Amino acid sequence: MSTLRINDLAVLDIQPASFTLQAGECVGLSGPSGEGKSLLLRAMADLIPHSGKIHLDGEDCDHINPAQWRRRVGLLLPESHWWSDRVGDHFSRPDRDMVGVLGFNEAVFGWQISRCSSGEKQRLALLRLLANQPQVLLLDEPTASLDPDNVGRVEALIEKYRHEHKAPVLWVSHDPAQLGRVASRQLRLEDKQLQEPVTCR
Amino acid sequence: MQIIQLTVQDLSMAALLVLLLAGLSFVMRLQLERQIILSAIRTTIQLLLIGLVLKSLFAGSNLFWISLMAFVMLAVAGREVMQRQKRPFSGWWGYGLGTLSMFVSSFATAIFALLVVIGTQPWYLPQYSIPLLGMMLGNTMNGVALALDRLTSSAWQQRAVIETRLSLGQEWSEAIRDISRDSLRTGMLPIINAMAAAGIVSLPGMMTGQILSGAPPLEAVKYQILIMFMIASGTGFATVIATWLGARRLFDARQRLSLYRLSNSGVK
Repeated sequence: MSTLRINDLAVLDIQPASFTLQAGECVGLSGPSGEGKSLLLRAMADLIPHSGKIHLDGEDCDHINPAQWRRRVGLLLPESHWWSDRVGDHFSRPDRDMVGVLGFNEAVFGWQISRCSSGEKQRLALLRLLANQPQVLLLDEPTASLDPDNVGRVEALIEKYRHEHKAPVLWVSHDPAQLGRVASRQLRLEDKQLQEPVTCR
Repeated sequence: MQIIQLTVQDLSMAALLVLLLAGLSFVMRLQLERQIILSAIRTTIQLLLIGLVLKSLFAGSNLFWISLMAFVMLAVAGREVMQRQKRPFSGWWGYGLGTLSMFVSSFATAIFALLVVIGTQPWYLPQYSIPLLGMMLGNTMNGVALALDRLTSSAWQQRAVIETRLSLGQEWSEAIRDISRDSLRTGMLPIINAMAAAGIVSLPGMMTGQILSGAPPLEAVKYQILIMFMIASGTGFATVIATWLGARRLFDARQRLSLYRLSNSGVK
């Protein structure tokens, strides 16, 4: 059970934004490319300088060790990057059950990164993030290079994780249909301002 | 063996060879002739000047002037380290980082050699201290410049990887570990290779100089071994200090990758 409260968060030229991600809720974030959705997520993970306050369960981001904050507020970047040769070297804790949900078996931990397709890498990046068991998920286009079958698997896995951990999820996507499926409400970043236009579901 | 004094005519004959090279460059259209001649003139003037400086330093053996000379050498080496980097840190850090690490390492190692190993009287005897420090700085400069250049350009190229590692909750030191290690190896390998090749592939300059001036070969060799050890450890320590400080400087207090601290970064 975790709640992420954002107060007057501002990055570069984005207007200060305030919103709260309640425990176990999935919030969609959409908007034109280049508006700063990714910047907002990176600021929430404290990867870039920002103004405003972020509280996780009442704890101020500025008072928590940054590495620990980023383990708790897990950010999935839109492009996956890898630093070792083997897939397994990137996992803090190999979880056999979870890889199964995304259509891998445990042999995947021995695979060479250089042989993985971009879709495989995107799914593995999500698994790598979930292996840290973050309390909050910030997902930046988690299904951008996946085929429809795998989009379904990823959506199901995140749904499962959200329920089991009561984790709030912020989901960036350019696909309104997907956000309609997964999110209970939506935010929109347009003209450098964050708005809450419609409630779906 | 008496040292054979070189006359102006002797040097002029050697200079003919350089002129020949410049002529060759002209014929082959390498467009290097201007640079060759200018550099040859520079080396003549600079070395003559330093000869005069050393002559008066040796005559006086005054700690103040020797220290001044040492710090001038350090300042020039620091500038060289910065200029050899594609993306040095901006502001004072760009200059200070290399200079500080060279200062700590080269000066400490040189003073250790003078005080403890050689035991010169007085310890700052310029005939020993200035050449020793010069050799230390020259090599340390190479190591530090190579390591820092590698560190900053790798961080620049691999920023996405570093940020991914940070986003997965790694500490800054872990997120940049591979790059730091790579930079350290880059900075240290030349001197390690030089130690391994010394005597077989190359006859080190200092030893050669001592032998030319009449020292018994084995005495010259002992000094060369000492110098090799001092240079290798001095370069190594300076590279470690510079790489660690540089890596730390790449992250701010909240452990965010801060590439805007590099010059030529184009980052706001």
